[in-house]
Amino acid sequence: MTDTARPMTSVHLSDSSRGRLRRRYARERNFKIVSVSALVLTAVFLVILLGSVVLNGWSGFLTTKLRLEVTYSAEHVDVDNPANGNFRMIVLDGLRERFPDVTERRALRALLGIVSNQGAWDVRDALLDNPSLAGTSRELWLPAATEVDMLNKGYVDRSAPEELRLIDDRTIAWVDALEQDGDLATVFNWTFLASGDSREPELAGVGGAVLGSFWILLVTFVVSFPTGVGAAVFLEEFAPKRRWVDIIEVNINNLAAVPSIVFGLLGLAVFLNVMHLPRSAPVVGGLTLALMTLPTIIITTRAALKGIPPSIRDAALAVGASEVQVVSHFLLPLAMPRILTGAIIGMARALGESAPLLMVGMVAFVVDLPSGPTDPATALPVQVFLWADSPERGFVEKTSAAIMVLLVFLIAMNGLAVYLRQRFEIRW
Amino acid sequence: MVEAAATRDAPRVKMRTRGLKLWYGDKQALAGIDLDVAEHQVTALIGPSGCGKTTFLKCLNRMTDTINDVTTEGSVTLDDVDIRDRSVDVVQLRARVGMVFQKPNPFPKTVYDNIAYGPRIHGLAANRRELDDIVESSLRRAGLWEEVQGRLGDLATGMSGGQQQRLCIARSIAVAPEVILMDEPCSALDPISTARIEELIDDLRTKYTIVIVTHNLQQAARVSQMTAFFHLGRLIEVNGTAELFQSPAESMTEDYITGRFG
Repeated sequence: MTDTARPMTSVHLSDSSRGRLRRRYARERNFKIVSVSALVLTAVFLVILLGSVVLNGWSGFLTTKLRLEVTYSAEHVDVDNPANGNFRMIVLDGLRERFPDVTERRALRALLGIVSNQGAWDVRDALLDNPSLAGTSRELWLPAATEVDMLNKGYVDRSAPEELRLIDDRTIAWVDALEQDGDLATVFNWTFLASGDSREPELAGVGGAVLGSFWILLVTFVVSFPTGVGAAVFLEEFAPKRRWVDIIEVNINNLAAVPSIVFGLLGLAVFLNVMHLPRSAPVVGGLTLALMTLPTIIITTRAALKGIPPSIRDAALAVGASEVQVVSHFLLPLAMPRILTGAIIGMARALGESAPLLMVGMVAFVVDLPSGPTDPATALPVQVFLWADSPERGFVEKTSAAIMVLLVFLIAMNGLAVYLRQRFEIRW
Repeated sequence: MVEAAATRDAPRVKMRTRGLKLWYGDKQALAGIDLDVAEHQVTALIGPSGCGKTTFLKCLNRMTDTINDVTTEGSVTLDDVDIRDRSVDVVQLRARVGMVFQKPNPFPKTVYDNIAYGPRIHGLAANRRELDDIVESSLRRAGLWEEVQGRLGDLATGMSGGQQQRLCIARSIAVAPEVILMDEPCSALDPISTARIEELIDDLRTKYTIVIVTHNLQQAARVSQMTAFFHLGRLIEVNGTAELFQSPAESMTEDYITGRFG
């Protein structure tokens, strides 16, 4: 025991050990710096993305209206048949009265151009709602043409040379005159939310696309949810552990990674060319997206079933429950919050998908609102694609506004998924 | 006549295995077990870890069916009918031979529904009143009624471990089994809960036949009338509990119960 005479120094207090400790701390610090910068970068990208969409798109929810006094004169409206009046002339007369110094033919045509084509229809609708207006004058708020709308929202550079502007000096003067008299108003754009597509930006809406997406998702859910859950339950609980089951499993996992356009091609080949289902219809889009969503649902359902402790299965079997009873009384109810979460996330992915829909003809220009899954329709992301492709300045804000509508739906769906998980999931 | 004479001396045999062999894939876990389980007695299965006690227990109500890649050989009879026969319905078998597991595993349902689930799926109660009676009598027999009668609607998963295990026993009693298999029912419990369950096992013996796997030799000595010692998938020795612990016939048994290995 002579060694005890040596001074007691721990091996952990030596210089080399201290150096190791310093290096370890340095490594940890560096790792944290890298992680935090990655997070910051992600946040910056997200802000840029959302910021640019919102900045471009918020004005899409607003529209410009102008006030005009119109006269339902006997010259243009037949009292016995008010629906067939010449309402365009009524609008023009109203404008003429408002700007009496405009007399030249081409100038009058330009003057009529500050009111949207919808204006004449609104004048007609006001009369049909209240036939007693015939022969009287009335002040109406009419939608402005897209150029006026753009000018009012400040998207027109007044300092630019006239020939490079969408809107000439003369029209700017008219609009300014209207604005000065308080005859120009920026109001919430209900048309944008309620109506279908249009060639005129001020009349185009996402209503048709929202309905189309709704029908598509309904078909997708009805087809893929029961099929996917059924397949997953069979694979997880009943299938013998054989080679062919393994092969199916590998294929399902691969299917989840197949590019969505391939599903579109499959939908085109099978649903349109072989089964002759209607083109551009939500039923075909829904079936195609159901194929795409199916692997996701199968995988999440299997994961949810695997997540249930085997002790529950044993407990149920031990009191004499059959395999089907174990599944229907315990496994499925307990796994349901996670299954639904997975299904909703799959649905959200389907909602944001455009490529497969292009393949089955859902890229069509559809003005009417679809009233069922077999009506021609388009979907929100496809609508975004269509508008992004349009040359008119007015569609720029519509594109971003449609993206905002799409994002609201996606966030709502993901929020629902989180809620279901938090609220109903049973923890052990 | 011979059998009738035998019943006067020794209790009737409720379950009997002959040459029971079992493989998990290629690995043999049971190497021919011949064991008689006497009616209205507690039979304890003891032995070191991995000796096949639990596997053997699971053969008695065919819980082994649920494990992949298991092959069995030999016979297991319940009242002289081979339970491995095709004619035997496994659901009915498990209603007759109940099981309590090592870790308490109540369903994530209310106390009431935990007990009522078995009777419901087997149609043991004609109406709500009968079901209530079954729930109450099962809980009483498991010694849990006094503690839970006011909160039958509470989630069973919120109870203490000892209460949960007694609930699991009540749950298996509720389907009116003849045999109850217990796989180390006290290993996850504190000493006080363990003592309560041991008392309970002794009470239950009058009505049911019990097979219990335990790692705790004192427990085997306290609760059982018969003890079987397993080692490496073989049944080394089986005898009355007092005889086995006091004068083991096999030297391996003696080594194990005196703590020289295991």
